[in-house]
Amino acid sequence: MLFHMAVRSLISRRASVLLTLFTLSLSTALLLGGEHIREQSRAGFFNTVSGADLIVGARSGPLQLLLYSVFHIGSPTSNIRWQSYTDLRNDPRVDWTIALSLGDSHRGYRVIGTDNSMFAHYRYGESQSLKFASGNQLDDLFAVVLGAEVARALSYELGDEVIIAHGTGNTSFKLHDNMPFNVSGILQATGTPLDRSVLVTLEGLEAVHVGWRAGIPLPNMQATSEQVRQRDLTPRQVTAVLVGLKSRMQAFHLQRELNSRMQEPLTAVMPGVALQELWQVVRLAEKALLAVSSIALLIGLCGMLAVLLSGMQQRQHEIAVLRALGASPLRIAALLLLESLLLTLGGFLLGLLILWSAIYALQQPMLEQFGLHLSTVGLLSDRQRLLAGIIVALGACSGLVPALMAYRMALVRSLGQRH
Amino acid sequence: MTPIIDIQQLKFAWSGASVSVLQIEQLQLNPSEHLFIQGPSGSGKSTLLNLLGGVLTGFSGEIKVAGQPLSKLSGRQRDRLRADSMGVLFQQFNLLPYLNLMDNVCLPCALSKQRRTAAIVRSGSVENEAKRLLERLQLPPEQYQNRSVAQLSIGQQQRVAAARALIGTPMLLIADEPTSALDCQTRDLFMQLLMEELQQGETTLLLVSHDEALAGYFSRKLRLEVQC
Repeated sequence: MLFHMAVRSLISRRASVLLTLFTLSLSTALLLGGEHIREQSRAGFFNTVSGADLIVGARSGPLQLLLYSVFHIGSPTSNIRWQSYTDLRNDPRVDWTIALSLGDSHRGYRVIGTDNSMFAHYRYGESQSLKFASGNQLDDLFAVVLGAEVARALSYELGDEVIIAHGTGNTSFKLHDNMPFNVSGILQATGTPLDRSVLVTLEGLEAVHVGWRAGIPLPNMQATSEQVRQRDLTPRQVTAVLVGLKSRMQAFHLQRELNSRMQEPLTAVMPGVALQELWQVVRLAEKALLAVSSIALLIGLCGMLAVLLSGMQQRQHEIAVLRALGASPLRIAALLLLESLLLTLGGFLLGLLILWSAIYALQQPMLEQFGLHLSTVGLLSDRQRLLAGIIVALGACSGLVPALMAYRMALVRSLGQRH
Repeated sequence: MTPIIDIQQLKFAWSGASVSVLQIEQLQLNPSEHLFIQGPSGSGKSTLLNLLGGVLTGFSGEIKVAGQPLSKLSGRQRDRLRADSMGVLFQQFNLLPYLNLMDNVCLPCALSKQRRTAAIVRSGSVENEAKRLLERLQLPPEQYQNRSVAQLSIGQQQRVAAARALIGTPMLLIADEPTSALDCQTRDLFMQLLMEELQQGETTLLLVSHDEALAGYFSRKLRLEVQC
């Protein structure tokens, strides 16, 4: 009966109730959505290189290595000799390697020299491999595979000619325009820095630098594409190597061995550990996001409180009637508490529905525009469930205010008071 | 036979006031007796009803309702007693606007097991008893039950309130100026229907009003005077 009454009472005030419901659902959606985006971007961040067990580069700090090899931020101090790379590749503990060679760019986007093991072994997100939106992998010395964002921003299609520039500046004057590349494939969006990368073969990168010394083209030493194909294009060095091990247990061991190797000073880091360090920097923004959405929720709850309280004056005679019928003050308070609980629960469920549909609708555009990988998987994680509990509990708490008022009114109110 | 109402040496003064607003030496009301209480405003009519209803406390003397001394009951017990044994009628705003007519009439049975049982004994189910009462009060349920109470006239609303006060056959019906919002014609119809229904049961009626015209319906009358 109490439930029936609470529902009827809410329905009878549907205009203000709907408005409150809407406010509450929006703030719920905002809070949970903010939390979801935070969790997803965190997961996306940590899963940028989910497959690799070690990242190996020239001797430098672990963070720096991570930044330039995975996030393409900053520049490497030096490279790894090709011999060291082949030694590593042939190590019996190593399952696969992806060599990365950095240093050139194309209209502001990093050019990465690599090989087709990239498409076989690179993993991001929940162990997803790279997929082609069109075309296929590097099938020629001068083939280039474009990240999703590069292809979209520069409107490239398969077969288009791409001229890479020496150095990483946006306005490099030194173009490798004697050896154009052709687009052989375009990747699907991944939400990782690869979306903003131009992938070429290691040998192709070696080829465009034939006749160059110390970053300067030597006069009369320039070759054409055809001439260069006849030469030995074994790369002399690579910038970094992503390493997959046969057994993850050996990561520590190999890391220590590489870090203390005498022939060439190398640094090996475990991506998870380095990412964790880097994430500390981003955490402030993470907290700010939570703070903003919490404030939104508080505003929503205040709105509800305002609606409930403004109704109290009109409910005086209702309380008198219930008192006359023998309802105890506690029962009247319970009725009002139940109303606000129903309101909060309703707002919460509606908010969840809004959030769900928003994520479904925005999944693709978010990935394409912001490189943010959103999924409904992981919606209502433990932390979000905790937040949900807090939302409903806070709603019930703010319902205590009118309930308490009703209780006091019920106590002092006499039967048949004149109106 | 236990009197339904038994008042001895009752005195009530608002806290801080030296003059008591209500003073009754002795008053007894037996089952199915009807008492009309009359008096100018300030004579303590409403105070008496609130005391009997157990909403107001702090009196001296003793009030027994259905044999139970009110001064010895806790707030919860007084609420219980009111739910089980009393029907209450106000002059206006008796109904909950968000419940429909049937729900309003059945409400006391949701709050009191005793009245629910009584309603079921009398008509088979709470709904049937509500329909019977509404019919007797000339509000045929098939015609009115799906209407919102706000769509009813005040006279009709008072009859619905009467049906609600009477459902589950409470021992005592207290009415506080139930006809003051009605015109003469609807007032007479209301009183007639109410008295007819009361004849059927054993319900004791205590009605407070300043309207002399109602006195004719009552065998017992009491006049309260302003205390000074």
